[in-house]
Amino acid sequence: MTFPDVRDDFPLLTRTVRNGKPLVYLDSGATAQKPRAVLDAEREFNERHNGAVARGAHLLAEEATGLFEAARAEVAAFVGARADEIVWTENATAALNLVAGAIGNASAGIGGEESAAFRIGPGDEICVTEAEHHANLVPWQQLAVRTGATLRWIPVDDDGRLDLDRLDTVVTERTRVLAFTHASNITGVISPVETLVARAKEVGALTVLDGCQSVPHLPVDVAALDVDFMAFSGHKMLGPTGIGALFGRKALLDALPPAVFGGGAVKTVTMETTSWQEAPMRHEPGTQPVAQAVGMAAAARYLSALGMDAVAAHERELAAILREGVADIPGVRLLGPAWDSGATDVIGLAAVAVDGVHPHDVGQVLDDRGIAARVGHHCGQPLHRRLGVTGSTRASGHVYTTQDDARAFVEALATVPSFFGVSA
Amino acid sequence: MSSLEQMYQQVIMDHAREAHGRGLTDPGLIQVGQSHQVNTTCGDEVTLRVGLDGDRVASVSWEGQGCSISQASVSVLHDLVEDHTLAEAESAMDAFRDLMQAKGEGLDDDKEDLLGDATAFVGVGKYPARIKCAMLGWMAFKDALIQARKDES
Repeated sequence: MTFPDVRDDFPLLTRTVRNGKPLVYLDSGATAQKPRAVLDAEREFNERHNGAVARGAHLLAEEATGLFEAARAEVAAFVGARADEIVWTENATAALNLVAGAIGNASAGIGGEESAAFRIGPGDEICVTEAEHHANLVPWQQLAVRTGATLRWIPVDDDGRLDLDRLDTVVTERTRVLAFTHASNITGVISPVETLVARAKEVGALTVLDGCQSVPHLPVDVAALDVDFMAFSGHKMLGPTGIGALFGRKALLDALPPAVFGGGAVKTVTMETTSWQEAPMRHEPGTQPVAQAVGMAAAARYLSALGMDAVAAHERELAAILREGVADIPGVRLLGPAWDSGATDVIGLAAVAVDGVHPHDVGQVLDDRGIAARVGHHCGQPLHRRLGVTGSTRASGHVYTTQDDARAFVEALATVPSFFGVSA
Repeated sequence: MSSLEQMYQQVIMDHAREAHGRGLTDPGLIQVGQSHQVNTTCGDEVTLRVGLDGDRVASVSWEGQGCSISQASVSVLHDLVEDHTLAEAESAMDAFRDLMQAKGEGLDDDKEDLLGDATAFVGVGKYPARIKCAMLGWMAFKDALIQARKDES
C-alpha cells in the first residue's frame, strides 16, 4: 500500500525559500510542520470557545473545560493511556523536569509520607544512557547533584546501539530511576524498551521514557511498553509549540509531589500548609496552554487517521533512501547503524558527518538548494563525542516527506566535499 | 555570483584551510589577556590570547575548532590587528561589526580599505545564523583586550 500524499494538508510546504526554490523540509526531528486540521482546531477554539478552564460557571468556561479534557482523553488514547494518566506540560523538556523535580522535592521532604517512596539520596543511583538528548540527561544529572545520588549511564557501541552487556552492571539494586530515550534523535536507533524495563523492574527502579522521537513516528502504547513515565512533545507530532505531555501511572502521579507550585493544583491552602489535588491536576498549577492542548489532540487525530503503522512504514522507506544514499558518498559518514533492511530498530532520519567540513558549512550548501536540515550537536553532545565527532548534519522526515525529498538531500550532500575542496 | 559563492569566497576558503595565528604562543609580555568563547548553537569554540606592548597589539594567537566561517574569521582578524596600534585594532573591530550588520550590502570605501581581506565576509551578513560564527573570534579578541588592560587602571 502506498502512503497517501498529504502535502496539501500542510500550508507551509507550499512556500518557496532562497531565490524562489521549493522547500525541502527535512528538519522534522527538531520541529514538524502543522496540518491545517491542527491550525484550524486552535483557531476554532480561540474564536469560539476560549474561556478559563476549571474555574468558572459560565458557558465559555464550561465549553473550554470540556474541550481541554476531551483533548486530554484523545492524546491519552493516542499513546494507550487513560485520560487521568496524562499531565499537560509546556513541552517534553518540562515533562522530564517535572518527574526529576518532583523526585527532588520528595527527597527534600515535600509531600510527606505519601511521597516518601520517591526519596533518593547518597548511595542511590540514577541511570540514563549515553544516547540521551540533553533534556533527558541534564535534569537527572542535576537531580544527582541536588540529592547526593550518583548518576550512571549505559554506554553505546560504535553504531550508537546501547551496550546491553553492561546493563546488569550499570542498573543494579541501587538504581532508583532508569531514564532512557525511546528513539535517538541522532542515530535514529530505537531502544530495546522491553529489555530495559524488565531489568528496571527486577531491581525496583522507576522507568522514564523520552518519547519525543517515537510518539510522532511509531505506534506507541505505554501500557504495552509497561513504563512508569513517558514524556512527549506536541510540536514534533504535527501539533502546536508550547504543549507537551507527561504520561505517568496514576498511582505514581498521585503520590508524586508537585515539581512546580501554584493555584489550581491544590485542595486546601492555609498560611502555613498546602494539600494537593489528585493527579493530573496537582501537576498542572497555573493557567494551562489550552488552545495548544486542543491543537495537540487534533494532531493525534490526524495521525491516527493516517494510521501509525502506515506512518512508520512510510518513514522506514525514507530511512532506507537516506541511510543507503549517504553511505555511497565518499567522505561522508553515517552516524548510527548502516542501513540493513532486516533491522527494524531505526526511525526515519539520518545524521551524517562530512570529513573536513563543519556541519554549519554543510547546512549552508543544503540551504542554498532549499533544503532545511539540522546542523550542530542536536542537544546531544555526549553522544556525538562518543561517536568521535562534535556535530553532524541531520535529515529527518515525517508524514509529508517524500522520497524525492530524501533523494534531494542525498544529491545535495554529494556536492559538499567538492564545494569545500576536500574530495577524496 | 550566487549567495553561496558570495559567502564562501576564495579568500575565506584559503584562510579556513591555512589559518594564520593558530596555536597559542607565549607573548613574553606583561600585558596579556586571554578569552574563551563558545557558540552555543553549534559548540564551536575559540581561545584567543593577546599580548600588548604599550598601545601596540604585539601578539595575537589562538586555538579553536569550528566551521570555515569562524576559523577564517579569526585568521583574518589575526592579520588585521597583530602589529597594529590599539586604535587601529578597535577601528577594524568596529568596521567588521558594521560589515556583519550590512545585510550583505558592503560598506563605504574607507571602511572596506580598513578591512582588507575581511571584506570577503560581506556575504555572511545575509545569513543571521552565520553572523555569530564570523563574530566568534572578534568577541574573543574584544574580551581578551579587556583582560589584558585590566591592570592598567
